Amino acid sequence: MSLTINKNICSLLQRCSISHRSLNRTGSWWSNVEMGPPDPILGVTEAFKRDTNPKKMNLGVGAYRDDQGKPYVLPTVKKAELAIQGLDKEYLGITGLPAFTNAAAELAFGAGNTVLTDKRNVTVQGISGTGSLRIGANFLNKFFTSNKSIWLPTPSWGNHVPIFKHAGLDVEWYRYYKPSTCGFDAEGAMEDLNKIPENSIVLFHACAHNPTGVDPKPENWKEMSSICKKRNLLPFFDMAYQGFASGDINKDASAMRHFVAEGHNVVLAQSFAKNMGLYGERAGAFTVVCADQEEAARVESQIKILIRPMYSNPPCNGARIASTVLTTPELREQWLVEVKGMADRIISMRQQLVDNLKKEGSTRDWSHITDQIGMFCYTGLNPDQVGDLTKNHSVYLTKDGRISVAGVASGNVGYLAHAIHQVTK
Amino acid sequence: MSSPSLFADVELAAPVVVFQLTADYNADDANKKINLGVGAYRTDEGEPWVLPVVRSVEAQMAIDPALNHEYLPILGLPSFRELATQLILGKDSRAILENRAGGVQSISGTGALRLAAEFLFRFYNKREKSTPVYVSSPTWGNQTAVFKNAGFTDMRTYRYWDPETRGLDYAGMLQDMKNAPEYSIFIFHGCAHNPTGVDPAHEEWKGIATVCKERNIFPVLDCAYQGFASGDPDVDAWSARMFVDLGFEVLICQSFAKNFGLYNERVGNLTMVMRDAPTLSRCKSQVELIIRAMYSNPPHHGARVVASTLANPAFKQEWLDNLHTMSSRIKDMRQLLHSKLRAKGTPGNWDHIINQIGMFSFTGLNASQVQYLKKRHIYLLSSGRINMCGLTTSNMEYFVDSVHDAVTNVKDGKL
Repeated sequence: MSLTINKNICSLLQRCSISHRSLNRTGSWWSNVEMGPPDPILGVTEAFKRDTNPKKMNLGVGAYRDDQGKPYVLPTVKKAELAIQGLDKEYLGITGLPAFTNAAAELAFGAGNTVLTDKRNVTVQGISGTGSLRIGANFLNKFFTSNKSIWLPTPSWGNHVPIFKHAGLDVEWYRYYKPSTCGFDAEGAMEDLNKIPENSIVLFHACAHNPTGVDPKPENWKEMSSICKKRNLLPFFDMAYQGFASGDINKDASAMRHFVAEGHNVVLAQSFAKNMGLYGERAGAFTVVCADQEEAARVESQIKILIRPMYSNPPCNGARIASTVLTTPELREQWLVEVKGMADRIISMRQQLVDNLKKEGSTRDWSHITDQIGMFCYTGLNPDQVGDLTKNHSVYLTKDGRISVAGVASGNVGYLAHAIHQVTK
Repeated sequence: MSSPSLFADVELAAPVVVFQLTADYNADDANKKINLGVGAYRTDEGEPWVLPVVRSVEAQMAIDPALNHEYLPILGLPSFRELATQLILGKDSRAILENRAGGVQSISGTGALRLAAEFLFRFYNKREKSTPVYVSSPTWGNQTAVFKNAGFTDMRTYRYWDPETRGLDYAGMLQDMKNAPEYSIFIFHGCAHNPTGVDPAHEEWKGIATVCKERNIFPVLDCAYQGFASGDPDVDAWSARMFVDLGFEVLICQSFAKNFGLYNERVGNLTMVMRDAPTLSRCKSQVELIIRAMYSNPPHHGARVVASTLANPAFKQEWLDNLHTMSSRIKDMRQLLHSKLRAKGTPGNWDHIINQIGMFSFTGLNASQVQYLKKRHIYLLSSGRINMCGLTTSNMEYFVDSVHDAVTNVKDGKL
């Protein structure tokens, strides 16, 4: 067929395709819809489930497990659940359960904090940490006028990127993790923070950095706070592990509270998934610290406008459980013990892993395992070693070498140390 | 802090009208006050009602040692998704048997609408954000906000409520559909239209479907009242099943807030019906990404209550009985209101009260008459929408007297 005829047919087809945009011959709209990429973390769990090796270990998904490798329902949560039987099912307000949001804010900032006494905070219930981050992202996209980008630490939780991008923000990066030390890249971080354009948004993990487990030291936090002040950067804190990291709720919130004390009007996302084991109940909160009470009223009214077309109002069950625990003195006291118990088990597993690696005869420096904190640990293993670990030892973890320490138990820490030594010696 | 606040220019947004109404009602200390605003079921004593079957199931759940609070998969509780989709489409639906219909757990009905909107925005009609999206005139206000926030820029209305007949403007609706650009998206209410209570008859639904086919209109069904309207979930699912049987690809947004009384647990399901199984699979994977970036995974509790109820024959029967209780009380109130207005000789034709269905009724009262009622401590939307559940055998007399006075004394507007 001649070129001219071909071209005519092409343009005819093009014009037809304008009026039959998405319909293909079978008449479906969705022939151009591609299969979405599989979630890498969930993919690890899927592969783990298929493995028949009795010694297999799942060090993928971040949910706490007890020393028998079982999910742990906190006794205080069980008590709270019984206590809330018989309550109504009426719609919560758009901003959620007031008893919960007040208790969440108090937990984060500390009772008596001037932010709370001055009523400068807007705290709304969110669908766990993710939902709270997303409300924040949408709010900042709409009302943060200077620039629509957020700076994340390298690396950060994988889901941060889609959350912010879906809300319309661009994502930029500042140095954070230093592979050569498996520790905090203080020099790199300060250098990069100093280069961020003034009046920008910066995300910080309040404690127990995900995925590395590497937290800045207090003096690092002080320096970052000064830089943010100097460059007028808005700190967005993601606090998903308060209490769960060190075992002390005040210690874990201290970095964020330092920023507040220094006068930063922070933005904060909180999750109760890990520290109360309320994963599937989706209990979380989003806070904006405002200039004053009047501004807080305006900001709250606008946040409601963002929530209503997303899901109208939040789920009640998790918020009721969490607020019952936080506001019932005996339960709160007991909860603090339980959350410390979880943190202590994790800390002890880190120590046992290092001890066992030494026993295996490994001469590598594994101190980062005990220096790091929280659910996750960046082992320093490279992708090949990770592949080896999975293929030959049925130990499942993500390619970046991240392990969930919650998946380690006294019954299998020896096996894990042995396997890691085999792939790294 | 020396520099000015980042949010100094943020304006105070207007409150959502229906919640403001409830706030005004709560602030009113008159004895005779009646709240006919927000859409939640009330008993004849004017109290909220947690379904007895929900109490039973929750009591069981609270002492079940096997239950925990682990994350659900992103798409939600599998048993819930399956049962919810079966509920709307019918267990024997061809689409289900052919594996081309599937459910995605959502944050109640609003959440399902938002997922539908986000999915359509990203994948429908070559991502033309200017694809017109039509909502009924009037409609539940949040539908427009949902689709706008998902990115659609061309929101339009189709004629629906006929103030003359206080019924469906069927001819107007079909005309607007015929005039709509090809490939437009239309949001229909599956049953118990909010706010009017006016539903198309079966023949009218068929006519609507015919025009959808002619104009290549994509139907989104907002189904917030299945079972709550007639008392029979299969009867209320007729329009949804019709679209599926006629071979449409369709997105059905289900809420379990009203029919299970689980308002605050946020239980919903987005049923997606596609041309074939591989397409459904790919589309679900994309909805997964939307969910992950919005809230990661849905809340467990309410979905488990619904799934446990629907999966257990005894509980399911108890649920049907509870549904019957709610829907028949509403029908009784409609009958009572109608007969009392007639008996009193209140001017106007009030047949629409018993012809309409579901929780809401567009009374036909105008804004001035509504204001008049407010002064008498009766709270309803200025559109004239009332929540039937707010009426009881004890407050009916006062309501009827007040409406009578409003209609006879406040003249602008006809009835």
